[in-house]
Amino acid sequence: MLSEKEMRHVAKLARIELTDVEVGKFSGQLSGVLDYMDILKEVDTEGVEETNQVTGLKTVLGKDRVVSGRCKREELLKCSELPVDSDQIRVLPAIK
Amino acid sequence: MAELNKLTIGEARAGLREKKFSSLELTQACLDAISARDGGISAFVSVTEKEALAGARSFDKKLAGGEEMPALAGIPVGIKDIFNTAGVKTTCCSPMLKDFVPPYDATVISRLRENGMVMVGKTNLDEFACGGSTEHSCFGVTKNPYDPERVAGGSSGGSAAAIAADMCIYSLGTDTGGSIRLPASFCGVYGMKVTYGRVSRSGVTSMASSWDTIGPFGKSTADIADILGVIAGRDEMDSTTPDVEVPDYSSFLNKGVKGVKIGLPKEYFGEGVEDETAKVVKDAVFYLEKAGAIVSEVSLPMTKYAIAVYYISMPAELSANLERFDGIRYGKKPVANADDLVDYYFKARGEGFGDEIKRRIMIGTYVLSAGYYDAYYKKAQKVRTKIIQDFNKVFEKVDVLVAPVSPFPAFKIGEKLDDPLAMYMADALTIPASAAGVPSLACPAGKSAGGLPIGLQIIAPQFEEGRCLQIGSVLEQR
Repeated sequence: MLSEKEMRHVAKLARIELTDVEVGKFSGQLSGVLDYMDILKEVDTEGVEETNQVTGLKTVLGKDRVVSGRCKREELLKCSELPVDSDQIRVLPAIK
Repeated sequence: MAELNKLTIGEARAGLREKKFSSLELTQACLDAISARDGGISAFVSVTEKEALAGARSFDKKLAGGEEMPALAGIPVGIKDIFNTAGVKTTCCSPMLKDFVPPYDATVISRLRENGMVMVGKTNLDEFACGGSTEHSCFGVTKNPYDPERVAGGSSGGSAAAIAADMCIYSLGTDTGGSIRLPASFCGVYGMKVTYGRVSRSGVTSMASSWDTIGPFGKSTADIADILGVIAGRDEMDSTTPDVEVPDYSSFLNKGVKGVKIGLPKEYFGEGVEDETAKVVKDAVFYLEKAGAIVSEVSLPMTKYAIAVYYISMPAELSANLERFDGIRYGKKPVANADDLVDYYFKARGEGFGDEIKRRIMIGTYVLSAGYYDAYYKKAQKVRTKIIQDFNKVFEKVDVLVAPVSPFPAFKIGEKLDDPLAMYMADALTIPASAAGVPSLACPAGKSAGGLPIGLQIIAPQFEEGRCLQIGSVLEQR
């Protein structure tokens, strides 16, 4: 069971602002989901390795060279809705 | 020319080469179908008419000039709105990216472009591909072309419905836990979830990185083979694409099933699976047996734990991947005023993400947090190993597995919206193959008494997509 206090803490860690109504709704829904996860306790995993990737690739390295990339720095900076100043995104005007 | 939009890739290509019609006529037929039908379906979130017609004209000119045209050239495609398309809005159907225009193409889009791509539009999805019904989209729900009161499945619901309603000839989607196979099955079309790493994911917004795959939707197994031939293979921009040869997938078609060993996993026909669904799939298997396949029952005992594994591992990876949407580098600037930088993140993410994304980010954050990491995340990664061992064991005995895609046909819009766990159960039979990274082809298998499509899936060992196509092409002749 996830209490509303815990719910607020998790939302804080995730950097998501929740309304009081959302806190109530999500803590109920997430408790249901997390309770369901207990089913995994039935499985004996003593000595079982964890799976992090599935095709057996190991330490894939690229060639040691500069790749020009698919777009220019300016184009990537334009992905931001905030003003760009001296090649950097300016956050200040968005904060009061 | 009547109903060009209903053609398969093979038929369209033949018609174009024999000059029976032009790509412009074919493309116009699809655009007309979108105008006529999509108001009631909402498969597309944007229609790129101008670019499509320009692409079609360019194809027609090249063909008239005697140029050799590649397999998919001049044939209209719909692209899930999670693939970066340079200069064309790519929203992931999230308020966060509602106006985002990417500066570059995803690798698969570049490959299609080199092959004469004619994109008619971007298709609807659950926000950031999170959902099984395409109800979690900021552009509204995609309706099932067979019954507008029902969902098209998700998360690639738009791509599946677009094909089923003949609004484009083929489409692309993504499948992390069932997002191609489920909508393919609900909409009665073919859809393939490839081996993990078979197709480059570079330029496609990441959901859960150790699960995500990209694949095709089509109206026939030959179409799936054609598309796969173009998009599969190693890409330097995606280090999870191994250097495994891409075979000629069409060479697997129509080879028959004589002596092919087919396993029926008993867990996929058990509790929770509707009798009608099980019967339709078993009838198809009976047909394969008569055609010479050797059928036996097998067991994948870890099946029932797959949902729990997935809904721990996937949100964990998702919560990390979506960290980049902070309203600064990417995403909407919040409407509300922020007091400081941290408050800015809170507001941007609180306003920019829909409910399902918030739920999953918070589940992911919870299972990765100190104190819960071992109990949830580590445990899930270990059970995932046991799911993989299930598949390895069973593939020592049989060549492929055949099973239902979903326990039930398309459900009613709104039916599972307030009960996340009930929604997650729709993925019960698609998640295990995703956990093991093995390919699975969803094929239409029949209809329910109510006239809704029922799909079956053909699951093969890693990089054996050809086997799925071989079995699927035999069933197609039924």
